[in-house]
Parts: sequence; C-alpha cells; structure tokens
Amino acid sequence: MYEFKYHRPATVRQAANLLVKNEDAKVIAGGHTLLPVMKQRLANPPHLVDLSHIEGLDSIEMKGRSLVIGATAKHADVAASAIVGETIPALAELAGMIGDPAVRHKGTIGGSLANNDPTADYPAACLALGATIVTNKRRLKPEEFFQGLFTTALENDEIITRVMFPVPKKAAYVKFRNQASRYALVGVFVAKRPSDVRVAVTGAGSEGVFRVTAFEEALKKRFSHKVLDGLTVPAEGLNSDLHGSAEYRAHLIAVLTRRAMEAANAKA
Amino acid sequence: MAKISLIVNGNPINANVDPRTLLVQFLRENLRLTGTHVGCDTSQCGACVVHLDGKAVKSCTTLAVMADGHEVKTIEGLAPDGAPLHPMQEAFREHHGLQCGFCTPGMIMTAVDIVHRKGHDLSEHTIREELEGNLCRCTGYQNIVQSIAAGAKAMANSDLA
Repeated sequence: MYEFKYHRPATVRQAANLLVKNEDAKVIAGGHTLLPVMKQRLANPPHLVDLSHIEGLDSIEMKGRSLVIGATAKHADVAASAIVGETIPALAELAGMIGDPAVRHKGTIGGSLANNDPTADYPAACLALGATIVTNKRRLKPEEFFQGLFTTALENDEIITRVMFPVPKKAAYVKFRNQASRYALVGVFVAKRPSDVRVAVTGAGSEGVFRVTAFEEALKKRFSHKVLDGLTVPAEGLNSDLHGSAEYRAHLIAVLTRRAMEAANAKA
Repeated sequence: MAKISLIVNGNPINANVDPRTLLVQFLRENLRLTGTHVGCDTSQCGACVVHLDGKAVKSCTTLAVMADGHEVKTIEGLAPDGAPLHPMQEAFREHHGLQCGFCTPGMIMTAVDIVHRKGHDLSEHTIREELEGNLCRCTGYQNIVQSIAAGAKAMANSDLA
C-alpha cells in the first residue's frame, strides 16, 4: 500500500470540506473494496476520509412510506434489522447474501452504491425499487446515479448520506453466484410497486445494472411467473467471459426472474 | 504517523502507527500477537478474523487507525493465560477440528461470533453457511463443523463469552 493521510471527520460537512481541500482524496467506510485495491497498488489516494465514525449516518428507519437507510449502515445491520425485515424483506435477504459474515460486518450500503461494481447486489435493489439516493448535495434516481462500470454521478466532493426505498407491494431477489468468487454471475430483483413492476439485473450487463422492460410490461399485466413463458432476453450487451457466455447469462436472467417471481408471490 | 488508542484483549494500548498499517500487521508485528494469521491477504480466507467491538471482521482488510477508539479481541484473548481453554478452543481440540492449524484461530473467532449471533444450538447447515468466509485447505470441514456444534453447546455452560 502507498502512503496516505488518514482523516476521521465527525460530520458529513467536515467530510465534504476535506474532499474539497484534497482533490484526490477517497472516501472510505467499510473499506472492503477500497483497501484490497489499495493493497494491490491499483489505487493510491493520498488522503482517506473515513465516514465510519459520523454519528447517525448508519440509521435505519421508516419515514412516511419509505424505508430510509443511512449510508454507513452495514450489510449485517440491514440483514438483521427488524424494520427492514417487516417492510422490505427482500432487501434484508439481499444484504444477508453479500460476501460472508465478516465482510457483512464491515461493508456498507453507501460504499456498495458509490463503487457501482457491475456484480454488486444493492444496485439491483435500488433500480427495481425506484430508490432515491440522497447525497450532501442532491437527490438522485438510480437511472441518473448509475452510469456504467464502476461509474456514478457522484462528484468529487459529493457523499451519499442515505438511500430512500419506497416500500413495494411485493419483492424478491435471487442471485446465481459465481462458484469461485461468490459474486453474482447474474442477480435479478423483481418489485411490484403501486404503479408498475420493475425487473433489475446485476452481474450480467456490460454497462452495469439494467432493467428488463419486456419482462416488466408482461408482469405489469399479470404479476405471475407464467406470463414470462416464451419471453427471452437478447444476449447483446451482456458480459461474456470465462465464467459464462452472454447467451448463458441471458438464459439465467429468464430463469432467475421466474424464480424471483415465485419467491415474491410466495411471500405475500 | 497517527496516534491510536484501543483496547486489545482487555488491555489499553497506545501506539503511533503509519496509517497504512493493517490491523493484522499491528496485532502481529507491533503487539506480537501472532495467533492471528495472514492467509490470503485478500479478504477471502478468514485466517485473520478477530472481533472488533464484538463482531467478527477480517483484520487484513481493516486499518489499524480505523480501530482507534475501539475494542479488539484476538484468539489470545479468548481465555486468560494459564487458564483452561475457551470452550470453543477445547471443542476444536477434542473433536480434532484441525490438521495443520493455520486456519484455526480464524475458524475459532468466527465460530464464537456465530454463537453470539445464532445461539448455542447450531444446525450443520447453519454452521456450513456461516463458514462461507473461512477456508480450510486440509480437513474437508467435517471435524470443524462438529467442533463448532459442540463448542456452541459447551459455551452455554461457560463463563467465557
């Protein structure tokens, strides 16, 4: 690891000021992506701004009809939260499927979103549930926030503070893990919202998380896996690598959407 | 350099560290607590698992400065020196939950964390799922799973957490 200066701000404002003052600074919370990358010397930020000691930034609460999760809430906290389990159990299950127990004790929702790894789980939940990503500057819809592989709309001095999830009528997340890395080879999040149905896919798209509108339209008419019969996803734009071809991933998307539908309907 | 103060195995520690020092390096090289191992050094294998504020974490993926103001427990802190082993350590000995022993400190720290979160009556399935982040290259896990099930039960009747 290269040398850096460590900062531990007490407030989001202090953190943002540090980012303004030090242009090449990186924000750290759980550190479970950033530290491995720094250890490999693939990243060498001269300043680290640690958000993990900002009080109240990890809260989980209901506000109106939205579940609001603070940026530094850890995956283990979301997975074990009674509020999340009651309002959006699919989200608690998703958090409980990330990494392993020790990783979940450190990794945060804000870190996962800011990193926008194309195989991460939370981006699929945000896109399917129509979440609002709140920063110290503005509110962003997932469609604006996620901008391709490891790329987001976040500006240099912009910090995610919380994520607001409108509570869906039904939802489920199903992930097919890469057997070696345990990351999502494909993950599908389905959500029946008051106004529409959304199907979001992670792990498969060459530009990161995306929606399958053909499935959404069919499911909006009738929220049952049966309407998916005969529907397929084109392989164009999907990842092809040693773990699976684009065609294989396209097939998996259809299979997992069906499974997620069955799970969503079984929960009701 | 950065000044840090933390509690390690119940003892207050003050130190001056380079911010890039990993918690595992700090434990092993500064404090000479070499029970915590570095296996893969890439957050996969769990040989470096310690408890940070009572929760299992991978100390190869935590900076020592991030532990400033917090409490760390390592394998050395499970049972006092010269006293009988912690029930989970004893269960690994009794059920032969190891061969080479390299992964064992991490396995035991993870096992104790599982008991804290899931209680004393652990199914084989639960134990195997919860061991997702701990790799053993010798045993095939069979005896590790048995050790953890037995250790979890024994912890119910022990004063050691």
